[in-house]
Amino acid sequence: MQIPAPFDYVRATTVENALELLARYGPESRVVAGGHSLLPMMKLRLSRPEWLIDINDLYELDFILRDGNKLRVGALTRHTTLLESDEVAGLFPIVRDAERVIADPVVRNRGTIGGSLCQADPAEDLSTVCDVLGAEAVIRGPGGERILSMSEFHRGPYETAVGQDELLCEVRFGIRPRSGSAYEKVERRVGDWAVGAAGAAVTLTADGTVDDAAVGLTALGLDHPLAGAAAVLRGRHPDEELFAEAGRLAAEACNPVADQRGPVDYKRHLADELTQRVLRRACARAAQTQEG
Amino acid sequence: MQISMTVNGSDVTSEIEPRVLLVHYIREVLGLTGTHWGCDTSNCGTCVVLMDGQPVKSCTVLAAMAAGHDIRTVEGLATGGTLDPVQQGFMEEHGLQCGFCTPGMMLTARALLDKNPHPDDAEIRQAISGQICRCTGYATIVRSVQWAAAHPAGPGLDDAPATGHSAGTGLDGTDTAVPDVAAEIEDTEVKA
Amino acid sequence: MTLIHDRQSNPAAGDEDRPIGYGRIQRKEDPRFVRGKGHYLDDIVLPGMLHGAILRAPVAHAKLVSIDTTNALAHPKVVAVITGKDLLGLKLAWAPTLSADVQAVLVTDKVRFQGQEVAFVVAEDRYAARDALELIDVEYDVLPPLVDARKALDADAPVIRDEIEGRTDNRIFDWEMGDKAETDAVFASADVVVSQEVVYPRVHPAPMETCGAVADFDAVNGKLTLYETTQAPHAHRTLFAIVAGIPEHKIRIVSPDIGGGFGNKVGIYPGYILAVVGSIVSGRPVKWVEDRSENLMSTSFARDYIMQGEIAATRDGKILALRTHVLADHGAFNATAQPTKNPAGFFSIFTGSYDLLAAHCSVTGVYTNKAPGGVAYACSFRVTEAVYLVERMVDILARKLDMDPAELRLKNFIKPEQFPYANKTGWVYDSGNYEAAMRLSMQLAGYEDLRREQAEKRERGELMGIGVSFFTEVVGAGPRKHFDIVGLGMADGAELRVHPTGKAVVRISVQSQGQGHETTFAQIVAEELGIPPEDIDVVHGDTDQTPFGLGTYGSRSTPVSGGAVALVARKVREKAKLIAGAMLETRPEDLEWEKGRWFVKGDPSAGKTIAEIAMAAHGTMTLPEGVDGNLDAEVTYDPPNLTFPFGAYICVVDIDPGTGQVKVRRFIAVDDCGTRINPMIIEGQVHGGLTDGVGMALMEIIEFDADGNCLGGSFMDYLIPTAMEVPDWETGFTVTPSPHHPIGAKGIGESATVGSPPAIVNAVVDALAPFGVTHMDMPCTPARVWAAMQGRARPPI
Repeated sequence: MQIPAPFDYVRATTVENALELLARYGPESRVVAGGHSLLPMMKLRLSRPEWLIDINDLYELDFILRDGNKLRVGALTRHTTLLESDEVAGLFPIVRDAERVIADPVVRNRGTIGGSLCQADPAEDLSTVCDVLGAEAVIRGPGGERILSMSEFHRGPYETAVGQDELLCEVRFGIRPRSGSAYEKVERRVGDWAVGAAGAAVTLTADGTVDDAAVGLTALGLDHPLAGAAAVLRGRHPDEELFAEAGRLAAEACNPVADQRGPVDYKRHLADELTQRVLRRACARAAQTQEG
Repeated sequence: MQISMTVNGSDVTSEIEPRVLLVHYIREVLGLTGTHWGCDTSNCGTCVVLMDGQPVKSCTVLAAMAAGHDIRTVEGLATGGTLDPVQQGFMEEHGLQCGFCTPGMMLTARALLDKNPHPDDAEIRQAISGQICRCTGYATIVRSVQWAAAHPAGPGLDDAPATGHSAGTGLDGTDTAVPDVAAEIEDTEVKA
Repeated sequence: MTLIHDRQSNPAAGDEDRPIGYGRIQRKEDPRFVRGKGHYLDDIVLPGMLHGAILRAPVAHAKLVSIDTTNALAHPKVVAVITGKDLLGLKLAWAPTLSADVQAVLVTDKVRFQGQEVAFVVAEDRYAARDALELIDVEYDVLPPLVDARKALDADAPVIRDEIEGRTDNRIFDWEMGDKAETDAVFASADVVVSQEVVYPRVHPAPMETCGAVADFDAVNGKLTLYETTQAPHAHRTLFAIVAGIPEHKIRIVSPDIGGGFGNKVGIYPGYILAVVGSIVSGRPVKWVEDRSENLMSTSFARDYIMQGEIAATRDGKILALRTHVLADHGAFNATAQPTKNPAGFFSIFTGSYDLLAAHCSVTGVYTNKAPGGVAYACSFRVTEAVYLVERMVDILARKLDMDPAELRLKNFIKPEQFPYANKTGWVYDSGNYEAAMRLSMQLAGYEDLRREQAEKRERGELMGIGVSFFTEVVGAGPRKHFDIVGLGMADGAELRVHPTGKAVVRISVQSQGQGHETTFAQIVAEELGIPPEDIDVVHGDTDQTPFGLGTYGSRSTPVSGGAVALVARKVREKAKLIAGAMLETRPEDLEWEKGRWFVKGDPSAGKTIAEIAMAAHGTMTLPEGVDGNLDAEVTYDPPNLTFPFGAYICVVDIDPGTGQVKVRRFIAVDDCGTRINPMIIEGQVHGGLTDGVGMALMEIIEFDADGNCLGGSFMDYLIPTAMEVPDWETGFTVTPSPHHPIGAKGIGESATVGSPPAIVNAVVDALAPFGVTHMDMPCTPARVWAAMQGRARPPI
């Protein structure tokens, strides 16, 4: 069995303590939460930190709470908790859609939202979810707290704005009325990384036209929400023609690479197909909240 | 470094290297070899144990990270010599063949039933979907968990009927025995 | 032990008072497994045991320039580092394979596949052994690799086995069966001929437990005890005697509980030999256990057949002939585990279940820069490939003729009265009633209703497919005069001892990897002697404790070893008759056997049970002349023919037209394995094989990139079905006993693995019929299905 190279281990007791430890041990230290991305990499010796700073005792980062028109989710919130939260599913059904297909139930017991976002794997689902929901990342460091939009947070594949001496502490989602969201992923098998996936969030006006919308893609070579989707969708009545137009836009905008999961033409097709599906579902859900 | 945790109800303390994986700690330091491992990438679920009652893949948890927590392995399923209904169910419904993935499957089943005493088949399949069995084809595992759900107090201690499953349907829905042919075979001369 | 079901499946049953023999009983091995008390290879800890780790080649084809082990040896916990040069000195650098080739134990000259063994570290613990691998410096001179088997025989292809004197190409063998001229003549005059290239890609058995060994060489006594994950302990003992030069009586092979085998644990891998060398060198026991990547990248793969198939028929659907040429990729060494005279295994059973006028197959085996192996993953010595080919070809023909695929099969089956049936490639099928099995599967499936539903869905643009396959297996090799592995005849021994109190122990040569031998073989003895299964201990997996035999693979345990066990029990029964005669003071010929006792004909009250007879046999009574004082016997069973299990499978799939995702909605499997011993275990064997089929048909593949890098080297990339991808299996059975087998049993271990892939692929292709798709190769991943829908289906290799 594969075994990580030697390292030293320290368990942080508070966020302050974690930041101190990060400052003390410097660039060769890594934070570990669920560990389901980091430890396999370490076992294969693709990652060799000298220090592991375990933040699993930072219970202050394990929360889901509604704060006015924001939903605040602590970075140490486990995937299982997010999946099972009826409040989250009621406000942002896309989260439950995505959580159902993230890894597998046992991995979801350990993996955290913060870990997923900071790993920033291009095939990682919650990044797309947070993108289309317009989430904010709350990051703490020696200089205090800063709040970044998702476009500021994501720097590219496996790269985020979280500095070496910083910690992602919280993700905040804005709650908007008459909104719906959805996520759909194609995978070769349950638990596999996405061949491709799409997420959408839609807000409708009182008369049922699109007020605002965002579409994001996972594993299809698009780091940020689809530029122009909102522009195309806004002010229009959601119908099949509109979804098809958005699908075409997504297919044009994406930039997938061929791999064992599929060739470029298939992935481009998925961008189109899945964009249509998630928009259709997100709009239906938004309409439902409107009726409700 | 020194770590302490509870394993199957007993407190244990050991001096280990920080990089020791929980699965190795359980197997090699504590000698509890009922927990197995099958991959290096947390895909197969052979190494599942319960950590504070939740299934986790012990190949992807450091022993150091488990310190202070409550670990339950297959050796801790039976209580006072009485098998857990899940263990009994796996025997009743042929939920195992080579037995290698079985401890992990049973622990996940136990955690599921603790949370949801009457899961439907789809919920059972979902619960074990992070664990691979190469032998059974899963249907008998689902039946085994259902057997345990129907017998929460174990065999003979409750009145729930056993889930009966025919091992197959013969021609016309009945047994397709060919007694005459078989009788002839019985009489075949032995050539040793 | 709880008897859950009545013994409905026992063909000879009917009398409720019969002693427990066949029927659904719980497994005797389960109490230890559910308590976590199984004892697998990695659970073995010996005093002073060291740990080994293998350094593997990062490239597929390269000259080995140098190895520097200085830094590794300087590691405080490292005891030894062994290289190919060291092995050359010991004459162990190359080991014979199971196919009369040789394989490098450690690289001496050049690397021939990615993941090949380069050096072996022995250290105080497994962490140190792993760390020390990084301290070995190896210099390679990379050579162009040969990855594409289709180019293996090109004039400019790199020669992989250039160490063999005089070798100038990559051809391993050419082999053919059937009458080519006769077949060509039938094809020439046929109304309809359909051709198709059918690819069975490389897959891997990937048992949940990887392979490993613990070697314990006792230098004082010169005795090697080798604990191994092996399906064939006795064959391994003989081979180790030949390879390592240790006298065979000084070798004990122990195969502990095995966490799944599926053919992966038949061969002798370099790691096993290295553990032995490590133990000899260090004077301490050495454990070596693969990690998952080592398992997937270096141990025996399966399939990798490119088959050019052709089928000839009349216009009204009478199949006349089949022919095929196969290009077989055997990897860098021909290490296929198969009978000596069968370089393509039993592939020539590709005539399937049909009554043909002629058939011809030829197979060319080639070397490539890939891991060696070839027969594994429950394939019954290439029957999997054969059945897949014929069942795809029949489906393609049905489409061409616009006939229902089930009807076309029914029209062409070998009829019950034609058995024993000699096919056109030399096999004599023992027994069968194919139509009955086919009709039962159609009845269970509701075949007509399914076709109606499909028609309605097609109207709506929904993609539903119904796939049919019918397979005939050939399992249970020997007979030994025809089948041997490296000269060892494929027979199996059994020893039975009935202790004075009537409890028994039966010792067998085959080794369970989960098939439930401790239960099944106890049930066979129980059926024959009337001793309850719980009173019969089955001993296996230890060559010091068991009689010689060739082991468990090719579904041969019940057909061969099961026959041995039935016969040894009958031998004991006959001996018991002589003793009972003496006890009852009557002539043996006046005794009758029933329910575990011999009694005087016409006077059932005057009788002796097996337990009473056993006590007498070991007691003070004067025994009849020529009868020695025990109730023991031994046999070696050399089967007179193979057995031919069969089955009819129907698969229903739904395909998402927007994404190409395939969902197996239903799967109906009707199997006929002859006499059924434990229906619960049989059902389990079928379920497991069907899941293998879903894996191969939909997701499993070991691919390589152009540089020869293995792309399926972990469970992140080598996908195996979970509970979410498989349906609740629907099984049925018919019983057509084998006429020549002692109890009529045929074997069931690999039937479903053989039969299910074509049913699933046929269903997928059927679903895609509106797109004009007549064939697509496995695996039917979403991307590949979508490509097929666009008319761009491509072979995976």
